[in-house]
Amino acid sequence: MSSGLYQIRDKSLDTTLDLTRLKPYGDTMNDGKVQTSFTLPVKDDDRGAAAAVLVAQKMGLSEPNVALRQKLDENFTFYVVYGSLTHTVNYNEIVVQTVTDEVMDMHETDEFLKERLGRKMVVIGASTGTDAHTVGIDAIMNRKGFAGHYGLERYEMVEAYNLGSQVPNEEFLRKAAEVNADVLLVSQTVTQKDVHIQNLTELIELAEAEGVREKYIFCCGGARVTHALAKELGYDAGFGAGTYADDVATFTSKELVRRLNK
Amino acid sequence: MESKLNLDFKLVEQARAHAAQVADETQRFIDGYTTVAVERTICRLLGIDGVSGGEALDITGENSLGVPLPSVVVDHLMEKGALSQGAAFWLGNAMVETGKGPQALAEEVGAGTLDLTSLPVHAEADIHAALAPIVEESLKKIRTRRQRREDFIASHGGEKNGPWVYLIVATGNIYEDITQATAAARQGADVIAVIRTTGQSLLDYVPYGATTEGFGGTYATQENFRLMREAMDKVGEELGRYIRVCNYCSGLCMPEIAAMGAFEGLDVMLNDALYGILFRDINMQRTLVDQSFSRAINAYAGVVINTGEDNYLTTADAVEEAHTVLASQFLNEAFALKAGLPEEQMGLGHAFEIDPDVENGFLYELAQAEMAREIFPNAPLKYMPPTKFMTGNVFRGHVQDALFNMVTILTGQKIHLLGMMTEAIHTPFLSDRFLAIQNAQYIFRTMQDLGSEIVFKDGGIMQTRANEVLKKATDLLGQIEQLGIFETLERGIFADIKRPRDGGKGLDGVVSKTPGYFNPFLEPMMKGGAAK
Repeated sequence: MSSGLYQIRDKSLDTTLDLTRLKPYGDTMNDGKVQTSFTLPVKDDDRGAAAAVLVAQKMGLSEPNVALRQKLDENFTFYVVYGSLTHTVNYNEIVVQTVTDEVMDMHETDEFLKERLGRKMVVIGASTGTDAHTVGIDAIMNRKGFAGHYGLERYEMVEAYNLGSQVPNEEFLRKAAEVNADVLLVSQTVTQKDVHIQNLTELIELAEAEGVREKYIFCCGGARVTHALAKELGYDAGFGAGTYADDVATFTSKELVRRLNK
Repeated sequence: MESKLNLDFKLVEQARAHAAQVADETQRFIDGYTTVAVERTICRLLGIDGVSGGEALDITGENSLGVPLPSVVVDHLMEKGALSQGAAFWLGNAMVETGKGPQALAEEVGAGTLDLTSLPVHAEADIHAALAPIVEESLKKIRTRRQRREDFIASHGGEKNGPWVYLIVATGNIYEDITQATAAARQGADVIAVIRTTGQSLLDYVPYGATTEGFGGTYATQENFRLMREAMDKVGEELGRYIRVCNYCSGLCMPEIAAMGAFEGLDVMLNDALYGILFRDINMQRTLVDQSFSRAINAYAGVVINTGEDNYLTTADAVEEAHTVLASQFLNEAFALKAGLPEEQMGLGHAFEIDPDVENGFLYELAQAEMAREIFPNAPLKYMPPTKFMTGNVFRGHVQDALFNMVTILTGQKIHLLGMMTEAIHTPFLSDRFLAIQNAQYIFRTMQDLGSEIVFKDGGIMQTRANEVLKKATDLLGQIEQLGIFETLERGIFADIKRPRDGGKGLDGVVSKTPGYFNPFLEPMMKGGAAK
């Protein structure tokens, strides 16, 4: 191999970090290096590889390098492409909605509720609609919790009801009234054809129709849920990938105390 | 067989004896009842097919799919309070009276022009005689299907050694599923499972015809079964090997789906005795009765069942609750034997679900898998990939799947459900599946005989672990024998989930049999499959 093969850096590259013109980082500031992989529904031949290069260029990659082309089936080919992104973003202008600033652990939340609420916070959770997956709601509610974060059932100051999966929205609201809930947690795992959005929207509409939207704190969660999406759908908060019972408990306990002006 | 784990086989025997007792006790209950699903299945096996014009809502509750005629007949008998005699009795009686066949009778019931219960009642012997040729024709159809599979395999070099690579497709559209399944077969899949649309398990009827809309999966319908089988036969011919097709005999229609699969030549069925009760909140009486007949059908059709122990570990901890997986395997084995299903058709399930942060977690996985292999030597064990601890870090995920592949080849797991690096992100892309197959084939090839080369240290971590799990499972089965299956489920012993005996969905479809009830298919099917 010629030594030149390893000199992939553009010599004229300005390597000063500029947050108003942020780019991906490979091994040198502002090199813009990204990896991407995709399948094209064409034969594995030179023409297909040329198509992959054009796709990468249209994605904004300069000097795309097709590192792998692999036949998947007669008319499907898989490409792994590296390149330098030509686009930049202004990091300084970005504003994100976050649920909470500082997350309390289980003991802190229990203390907080004891002092400020003076009673147990009642939380009911379910995977609603046709969704049969309990993995999300279980991760938040089961005593054992998930990845070292205890679930709400373990909290001394939380009265937790996990209704499981495939709970119709009507039944969920009925049960909320029955146990005098403070907080409703909805988990959605199946997201194909945006079925989760329909279902989440339906719950809020139903709550509004029954005049109980303001009575409860509504939270939704799932791998494809973000706080921004949740707000858009009319929820008080959304919990996506990488959030745990601590996050849910911190937000809901503070929000409940705030609402009750305690 | 020499035990690498130095297992105490006296304990294994004891565990089996406990499980057999539980199954015997439960069978006494099962024998006293039938269900709407069992009766619809009998209608299907008697050749009733098609839909009437009525309303049957799909899972969104918005579209009507039409009411299948087997449902029309059974609903009719239920309304008349006559189901406890069994659909076969009423249909057979009407055949004697009118000379018409079951399909014509069902159509008349659908049109509202026939009340099966208002006809004069004929002698039992005449009813049986009228049904006998139809029953035999139906059984023959299933036997022919089974023979066809066996012939195909025999004429293409026999059964594959080593693991069956099992892949899922789940587009919601049967035609798109076929495109993906064909590609997967060409890449090396041995079993194609069509994931069902979410919610189908709770539909108390089976939708009709080819379908193109589903959520997280595709409707299980007889026509969809036929289309997939046909496509896999085609690609199988091209590749010179048999591609198995898998679907789900679970939910509220266990035996009906078994019958549909038997007619259409499906090869593998998810079919657990307890899964629906625990994970779909289906009433336990309903599921226990349904699973029994569904397994008799699967037994006869030569279908390999897959049990669902892997699911326990999605809610319960894989280290602490490993013994419940083993206990459930013993129970599933015992229930399956009761339904006439041979060991060779029992794909008992388990999964690679230990938290990657657990020290020596891989050793526990390996011990568990080897233990299952040694305890159930003839069963084509089904081994499920990591899902609970797949995060979205696709690169680590690919490594987790590689470790899982290693356990399979080291311990001779048979039905190997391929893990996808994009688990927890989306239903697999075509390329995800390719990478998963490549990963598995690499490991299966380069480690093919590693399992027979290694021994485990006497009294080491793995031997100790396996014997502890076995001991706890045996104790648990002893406890279950004392409690009976109903109370065991009520107490939440499996998967930490408690289910009341009279709770859950589908209880209103359970009917106690009256004297004179008969199911003309049960006995011939229980005698075993065509190969016997």
